[in-house]
Amino acid sequence: MPEIKLPEDFVTYPEARKKAFMALKALKEQGRRVVGIFCTYAPQELIDAADATSVSLCAIGEENIPAAEKVLPKNLCPLIKASYGGAVTDHCPFFYFSDMVLAESTCDGKKKMYEYLDKLKHTHVMQLPPGRDGRGAQEYWRQEVVAAKEDIENFYGITITEEKLREAIKLRNRERKAILDYYEVGRLKPSPISGYELNTVITSNEYAFDIEKKIAFLEKRTAELVEKYHSEYEGKPSRPRILISGCPTHGVIDKVIKRIEELGADVVGFENCCGPREKKDPVDETKDPITALAEKYLRVNCSVMSPNPGRYEALSEQIDDYQVDGVIEVVLMACHTYAIESEAMKQFVTKEKGIPFLSITTDYSTTDQGQIDTRLGAFIELLG
Amino acid sequence: MRYNIGIDIGSTCAKTIVLDENKNILHRLLQPTGWSSVETAEAIREKLTQLGVDWDRAAVVATGYGRISVPYADKCVTEITCHGRGACHIFGSEDLTVIDIGGQDTKLICVDDSVVKDFIMNDKCSAGTGRFLEIMANTLAVKPEELCSLAAHGGGVSISSMCTVFAESEVISLIGRGEKKENIAFGVVDSIVKKVSTQAGRLNLKDSKVCLTGGLCEFDYLRQRLEKTLGISVEACPDARYAGAIGAALSAAAIRK
Ligand code: SF4
Ligand code: SF4
Repeated sequence: MPEIKLPEDFVTYPEARKKAFMALKALKEQGRRVVGIFCTYAPQELIDAADATSVSLCAIGEENIPAAEKVLPKNLCPLIKASYGGAVTDHCPFFYFSDMVLAESTCDGKKKMYEYLDKLKHTHVMQLPPGRDGRGAQEYWRQEVVAAKEDIENFYGITITEEKLREAIKLRNRERKAILDYYEVGRLKPSPISGYELNTVITSNEYAFDIEKKIAFLEKRTAELVEKYHSEYEGKPSRPRILISGCPTHGVIDKVIKRIEELGADVVGFENCCGPREKKDPVDETKDPITALAEKYLRVNCSVMSPNPGRYEALSEQIDDYQVDGVIEVVLMACHTYAIESEAMKQFVTKEKGIPFLSITTDYSTTDQGQIDTRLGAFIELLG
Repeated sequence: MRYNIGIDIGSTCAKTIVLDENKNILHRLLQPTGWSSVETAEAIREKLTQLGVDWDRAAVVATGYGRISVPYADKCVTEITCHGRGACHIFGSEDLTVIDIGGQDTKLICVDDSVVKDFIMNDKCSAGTGRFLEIMANTLAVKPEELCSLAAHGGGVSISSMCTVFAESEVISLIGRGEKKENIAFGVVDSIVKKVSTQAGRLNLKDSKVCLTGGLCEFDYLRQRLEKTLGISVEACPDARYAGAIGAALSAAAIRK
C-alpha cells in the first residue's frame, strides 16, 4: 500500500487539537474572551470585533458518543453526538474554555441539541431562515445578526463598534484568500499535496488563534507547494482525482480521506464545510458591516437550506477547476438533509457532469472500515 | 502453460478458479471459509499444488471480504470489479447488471462496455442476503434450497420485518399459528425479492441484461420471482456462483510476469 507523503513538520489533527488546547489555556489565563462556534454559518467577525477568540466546538471521536447517548437518541448524526458528548463530559477543552456559544438553527438535530447545550453554558442560537430566497429571509437574517451582536455585547458588557467590525471583516477576508489559495494547490495535476494533508491542515488551522500568523503560514506553505509542483510533479502522470462532497469530514479523515489515497487515488478537493465552501465568497467590504455579514453568511450552500442551488454550482465549478475524475460523497449517519440531497447530486454529477459518483454513509466508529474500503476500492477501480 | 488463479474469499464460502491462458476453466474449488481466512487461503494453496499448479507460472488475484488474507496473492481486487468482470465472461455480454446475493451482503453492479459503471451494496444488515435465507431455513428445519422449492407451492404470507432477528420471531409465531410451511417459505423468498427489488430501483436496469450471481444463483424459484417483480428477464447458470473468482482469475491473466 503506498504511504502518503507528508511534510516533516506535519501535525495530525488530534495533535493539533492538543496543542491548541495548551495555547487556548494560555490565552484564557491572560484573560482573553473565548466564544465557541459550530458551523460555517457563524459570523466569526462578530466575535473578532468583540476582542474574543472563536473556537470550533465541532467535535470528533467515538469516545464522546456514549455520554451523549444518555441524553440524545442513538440514531443521530455522530457530529452532533460527539459535540454534545464532548461538552457534557468536559472532554472537549474548547467547550470548557468557552465563555459562551454562538450557534445557528441549522439542521433539526443540531438545533434541538443546542437546547440541552444551553443548560451547560450560555448558547445564543441565531435563527436561520429555512431557505435564502423566501420573502423577507434576508432582512430576517440581518435582524438575527444584530441580535447576536447585541447578545455578545450584553454578555461581556461591551460595545462592538463599526470600526472593529470593518477591521475584522478585512482580516477574515485576507484569511479566506490565504485558505482558498492553499486549497487551490489541489487544482494542479498531478497534485503535489495529499488530500489528507489538505484536510488536516485546514481543520487544524481552525485552532490557530493568531490569524496573522495563520495567514503567513498558509501563504508560505502554498508557495512551497507550487514550487514543488514545478520541480517534482509537473508533466508526470496523475492518479484518479477525487472530489469529496457532503457532510463535514474532519471526523472521518483517517477512515475515508486517508483510505482513498492509500487505495490509489488522490483527493484533490473538498466541496463541504472542510473545504473552500465559503472561502470563495468574501464579505463585501464596502457595505454597512452588519448587512454585508448577513448577506455573506446566508450564501453558505449547506443542505439545510431549501432549495440549495449553490451546491450544484460549487460542485460544477470544482469538478472543472480541479480536473476531477470522480466524486465521493460522505454522508454522516442520520444526516437527513445530505442523505436526501444525495440522489439529486448523483443525477447531477453523473448526467450533467458525466463523471462517476459514489455516496457512502458512515459514522465515527471503525466497525464498518471493511465495507467502506470495499466501496472506495471498487470506485477507484472503476475510475481505472 | 500459465495458471491464472482467482480466489474469492466470501463470508461463508471460498471459491477458487484456475484459468489457462485461453480463459478455459481448469479447476473449480469450493469450500467453507471457516473462521480463519488465512487458514482457508493456505488450504487452497495446498489443494492447488496437489492439482498440479506450477507456482512459478501462476498469477494470483484475491477478492472478497477475505482478500487481504491471501499472502501469496499478487494483487487484491474488490469483489465488485471481479463480479462485474466475471459475469461478463460467463454470460458473454459486455453490458449487463449483476445481482449478487452473497452470504452477508447483496450487490447490484452495472457494467457497460465491460467496465463497472455503478454499484450499490447492502451490507449493513442481513435482510435480503443469503444469511437471511439460511436463518429462516434453519427455523423451518429445512435446507435453503428446500425452502425455495417449498416456496414455489406457497402463497398468501408476507413477512413484514426487515430485520432478520425480528423476521425470525415472526416466522416462529407463524409456525406457532400452524401456518403451512410452503406459505411461510413463500413469505421468506418474497421478503428477499422485495428487498433486492427496492435496491434495484436505485439503479437503471431498463435496457441491460440482468444476471444473478453468488450463492443463491441456483435457486430457480428465487430467480423466477426476481424476474417477475423486476419485470425483466434474469439469467443464471451454475458457474455464476464462481463469478467473483472468475473475475479475479481474469484479472490475474492481465498481470505481467
Ligand atoms: S454542513 Fe451545514 S450545518 Fe454542517 S457545519 Fe456545514 S454549514 Fe453547518
Ligand atoms: S452532518 Fe447533517 S445532521 Fe450532522 S450536524 Fe451537519 S447537517 Fe446536521
